[in-house]
Amino acid sequence: MLEITDLHATVGGKEILKGFNLTLAPGQVHAIMGPNGAGKSTLGYVLTGREGYEITRGKVLFNGQDISALEPEQRAALGIFLAFQYPVEIPGVNNTYFLRTALNAQRKARGEPELDSMAFLKKVREKLSVLHLKDELLHRAVNAGFSGGEKKRNEIFQLALLEPKLAILDETDSGLDIDALKAVAEGVNAMRSPERAFLVITHYQRLLDYIKPDVVHVMSEGRIVTSGGPELALRLERDGYAAIAAGAA
Amino acid sequence: MAKLLESLADAFHSRAPDGGVRVRQWREAALAQALRVGFPHNKLERWKYAPLRAMAAKSFAPETCASGIDETALPPVPRVVFVNGRFHQALSSLEGLTGARMTRLAVAINGDDERAGVVMGRVFDDAEAPFAPLNTALAEDGVLLEIVAGDAERPPLHLVFIGSDDAAGSHALRHKIECREGARLTVIEHHHGGGAALDNQFWHVHLKPGSRLVHVRLQSLDPRHIQFSRTDAAIAGDAQYVRLDIDTGGHYVRHELNLSLQGKHASARSGGVLWAEGTCTLDTRLVSRHQAPDTASTLLWRGLADGRSLANFYGGIRIDAGADGSDAALSNKNLLLSAQARINTQPALEIHADEVKAAHGATVGQLDAGALFYLRSRGVPEAEAMALLTRAFYAEALAVLDDDDLLAVLTPHLPPRLQPEGALS
Repeated sequence: MLEITDLHATVGGKEILKGFNLTLAPGQVHAIMGPNGAGKSTLGYVLTGREGYEITRGKVLFNGQDISALEPEQRAALGIFLAFQYPVEIPGVNNTYFLRTALNAQRKARGEPELDSMAFLKKVREKLSVLHLKDELLHRAVNAGFSGGEKKRNEIFQLALLEPKLAILDETDSGLDIDALKAVAEGVNAMRSPERAFLVITHYQRLLDYIKPDVVHVMSEGRIVTSGGPELALRLERDGYAAIAAGAA
Repeated sequence: MAKLLESLADAFHSRAPDGGVRVRQWREAALAQALRVGFPHNKLERWKYAPLRAMAAKSFAPETCASGIDETALPPVPRVVFVNGRFHQALSSLEGLTGARMTRLAVAINGDDERAGVVMGRVFDDAEAPFAPLNTALAEDGVLLEIVAGDAERPPLHLVFIGSDDAAGSHALRHKIECREGARLTVIEHHHGGGAALDNQFWHVHLKPGSRLVHVRLQSLDPRHIQFSRTDAAIAGDAQYVRLDIDTGGHYVRHELNLSLQGKHASARSGGVLWAEGTCTLDTRLVSRHQAPDTASTLLWRGLADGRSLANFYGGIRIDAGADGSDAALSNKNLLLSAQARINTQPALEIHADEVKAAHGATVGQLDAGALFYLRSRGVPEAEAMALLTRAFYAEALAVLDDDDLLAVLTPHLPPRLQPEGALS
């Protein structure tokens, strides 16, 4: 599904990704762990096409298609989703309207019929109940005045509603208490399917207690330094990044 | 002398005199004042950012254009319609507007009606020249409206000023709206089209104690049109003035709004959207003056500038000595939509009383790149994402009306770029 080869990318002229390689198959969950500044968030933005994140070398194939020149909305329509580490507050834009616009724009781009408001609301209710979310969030402006936990849940709600093929979760656990973490993980697990892949970016092993990865990668200085099974995350927690990175070098 | 002033003076002299001796004297004195003071220049603080030099070189003969207009797009009655500055009897009707007394300035002047004197006899400071006295010299017509009855529900009154595409002359109109004690009214000014003409409009608004006027001005003039528009609102105790200005057109549109809160608990809640495009200049100057205790005013303006346009905003709040307990809030946020557009914003506070609340803020910025990426990353195409963020930006100003029914009345008359699509929260 996702094939990244020798990816180099710069932000503001500074090289952050330095030869990143990854292959992710449908149905798999890969975790990317690493210290601050390893380039984890940059990877999320490069994959989703944020302005200012330039690919200077290497290839990103999504289901065989080179996506490096595509606009963010084109990548979204292909089925790539990023759950933001810091979801953006957009005062004045109604959450429900935003979600319907986004979903229908994606459907239109894929040549699927747009959902009318009845069909859309039905889908919304269905997803809300899976995530135990209050529908009050829908009537407010996008993330405006949401608590940290509400913002992260809203991200997972969007993930559930948009049903992407590839979901990148950027430190979705940061700033969450244990109950919120469980709720978010539950939402993600409910979305796991043989057709969908997840790239879970995280600092801490804790999230991986709830979202079981197939593969764990350790990232340092813009590339993967070592990979392994779920046990690698536990070793990281015990020995720290420096020891693992040094051992891999 | 500036060619523009010269041409307006010629227009005055070429015209058959109207009204009695008094009106003629007022007109002549006003013209003399305008010519003595002369055309403004950019060294004057209140004209600092106006494209004066190009304007001064233009000349305008009295409007003679007699072309028709698209009558199908007119708002419903009750309405009063002026086409190219001329009253259009057949298209105007006050049906449904109970408790209203209306006459036209032209009728009042020629009938030596005292109501003409109330507006035409107004004396201006030199600082208000040349355009206010020019209005006195040149205004031939306008609406003089008085709402006499109490708080009966009335349909909104549409005042339509529409010009044809081939208009190229000048005209001036002078209006007065008065709400007597406890009376309530909603008026909507529509300014559309108007070709390459120039118009000068002056509005006197008088709100008697306990009355309420909702006054909307929708301006989407031709991109060649020049307009000088001024409203002076005198608001008595317990009276409320709600005001919304939507400025999206014109080549140069100067809009001055002077609010004068004269009685205890008088209030003014005003908002506006300035959306300049192309090579347009929108030049808005607001002054809210608190002259009595416990008065309240809100000025909430949003500016957007695209293309090579220019949007100027000046918002002044003055709280006089003795106007204790006044509450004033001024907010002006601006969005630059292109690299060539310019925005100037200047809030000014002058406070001579104690125990007042006065808040002001002004910003100029661009669409939030983070928000834009967030929307696009969810699949919303760039243009749509920008439109969504832009709408969210100016929606606050529309909210001063706090009246969804009225917004629904206005919506069909808003330019396409301001059409809401249920996106607002």
